[in-house]
Amino acid sequence: MTERRQVALFVTCLVDTMRPRIGFASIAALEAAGCEVVVPAAQTCCGQPALNSGARRDAEALARQTIAVLEKYAHVVVPSGSCAGTIRVHYPEILAGDPEWGPRAEALAGRTWEILAFLDQVCGWRPEGVTLPVAAAYHDSCAGLRELGIKAQPRRLLAAIEALRLMPLAGEETCCGFGGTFCVKYPAISNAITEEKAQAIEASGADLLLAGDLGCLMNMAGKLHRQGSPVRVMHTVEVLAGMGAGPAIGEAE
Amino acid sequence: MTAGFKARAAEALADPVLKVAVERTAGTAETKRAAAVAAFEDFEAARTRAAAIKDHVIAHLGHYLEQFEANAIAAGAQVHWAETADAACEIVLDICRRAGAKSVARSKSMLGEEIGLPHALAEAGIERVETDLAEHIIQLAGERPSHIVWPAMHKTREQVSTLFRARHAEPHAEETIAAMAQSARRHLRAAMLGADVGISGANFLLADSGAVCTVTNEGNAELSVVPPRVHIVTAGIEKLVPSMDHAVHLLRMLARSATGATLTQYTTFYTGPKRGADLDGPEEMHIVLIDNGRTKMRDEGLAEMLRCIRCGACMNHCVVFRQIGGHAYGGTYPGPMGAVLTPALDGLAASRDLPQACTMNGKCQEVCPVRIPLPTLLRGWREKSWREGLEPASTRGAVRLWAWAARQPWLYRFGSRLAVRGMRLFGGKWITSMPLASGWTRHRDLPAPQGRTFMEQYRERRR
Repeated sequence: MTERRQVALFVTCLVDTMRPRIGFASIAALEAAGCEVVVPAAQTCCGQPALNSGARRDAEALARQTIAVLEKYAHVVVPSGSCAGTIRVHYPEILAGDPEWGPRAEALAGRTWEILAFLDQVCGWRPEGVTLPVAAAYHDSCAGLRELGIKAQPRRLLAAIEALRLMPLAGEETCCGFGGTFCVKYPAISNAITEEKAQAIEASGADLLLAGDLGCLMNMAGKLHRQGSPVRVMHTVEVLAGMGAGPAIGEAE
Repeated sequence: MTAGFKARAAEALADPVLKVAVERTAGTAETKRAAAVAAFEDFEAARTRAAAIKDHVIAHLGHYLEQFEANAIAAGAQVHWAETADAACEIVLDICRRAGAKSVARSKSMLGEEIGLPHALAEAGIERVETDLAEHIIQLAGERPSHIVWPAMHKTREQVSTLFRARHAEPHAEETIAAMAQSARRHLRAAMLGADVGISGANFLLADSGAVCTVTNEGNAELSVVPPRVHIVTAGIEKLVPSMDHAVHLLRMLARSATGATLTQYTTFYTGPKRGADLDGPEEMHIVLIDNGRTKMRDEGLAEMLRCIRCGACMNHCVVFRQIGGHAYGGTYPGPMGAVLTPALDGLAASRDLPQACTMNGKCQEVCPVRIPLPTLLRGWREKSWREGLEPASTRGAVRLWAWAARQPWLYRFGSRLAVRGMRLFGGKWITSMPLASGWTRHRDLPAPQGRTFMEQYRERRR
């Protein structure tokens, strides 16, 4: 047997606070894929909210802190396309002019993966013996799709779930209207976008909505629930880890 | 403009007719563009080449401007230089006055809008006839363009029909688009043929020949500028390309990205005025080369924005534009490209909402035919807005406090534990309202946190 891959899990602040299940599902899936998972205790937030607010110096400070915490691991895996994108794409950009931290940012970026891409591309893993009789729709969250090229990976992984039917979702690559702080800074515009997304989800005939980013998932779940929709919502890695029968977002443990 | 943007957006969101109008046009454009791109051999390589052409010109602007000027003069045109919008308008008015112009025919030009030319002509008492069908519609309605390719995109055909019946002398008898177009044609044709001066913009300026290129689908540019005695071109200096070969490449990208067509109905190259034996054409051709902030944009981190060929694909594919339309943006240019350009043209203080009102989803960059990194440029404006203290104190305070806490891992950990426990007080499964969360809960429910953070549960499990 080959040596187990050493993986540091960067939990993300939303998963840490709002839905720890995704963190445990990540560990379970990574271990099933033959990885040894550690959770560095000093991690906090990647700094994406500061970056997108224009608070560049705060974003740079958080980038340096996160690099220092994560750079000693062979692989860093993140259950979020936008947080992984911040480390992989934006850290090297914002620290490009820094002779010490620029190269460290580049080095970490090359070893940082969004979890679905990592399980598929690096581990070549497929879930085994997981059955979930459900009609699922998959939403391509924007940062994962456009910054990291995550498109086929989740679909390949989900194809290995027995009895799961993946339903076509019209506008699957269209933004759900979350946009981080955008959704609270411009709630009326965000709501109009999210309403259309919720309509498309309902029209897909799916009874489970999956994606790879908790922010987007909470936004869509919150809208669907407000409208009284029965569609359940969870992170893709929960399904892959065999936790798909458990409580969805907004359901009791 | 801060309250202004939100108020305009709210007004737009409350207008169901606007939504129908925007969706009809942008939705069709999106579908047709996708088909045109799929049928194009290696569109990605073509985008890269298009970006490289524009970057080369922008990096050597002085060289190509001099070459263009020399060749345009050799072809018989007169070349004028304007650093500002006001200077450009003054040059145009001066030419009109010297020509004794009472009326001008104007073929749609966003640069003309940018420099305020319609207003300047009105102030000078010169009658202006907008000859592009959509510009004609908004001129009749007394409105501003809401899209850079379809200025009247915000109007439905039903609204246009009502407008034409009220304003045309011989309006359409039957309720078809063809009959409505005929009605506009009857109305516009005499005005075009009777104009003293024709004014057009330019899609491209060809340095090696001094030619000016315009594209239209109605042939109105040609009919606006060929019959009158004087043709005035107003063009931004970033419209330069080295040669015909480069113009043709960009034309292929432009038409496909804008409408999904392989080429516009009319693509015309004007090289100088009428020559001795020509049967028609203007006696004078004036080309006004306008900077209006472009050199500053190039030198201050917005050089990539000068690649823009004004196709409108970014706005057609923008989730925010599709909801609020173009007028809500408040500037000459709407959508993602407008959110980058308007702070440069009108000042960031007056337009700070535009770079913020974006989900950073990256679709605009994905469809841009010249690979403008629009989200990166928008983030640049956000950084400037933050540095200059233009963001609301509440936002600044919240982000700074949170960013400070996130740099003290143990405090952050403690704060997270408190926060999730506190949130549980507002709901066990779903939170429908909570202090400081109305932006979220006004329109959607907030799933309650599970109760304890991942980090504390993980540490317990490891014991």
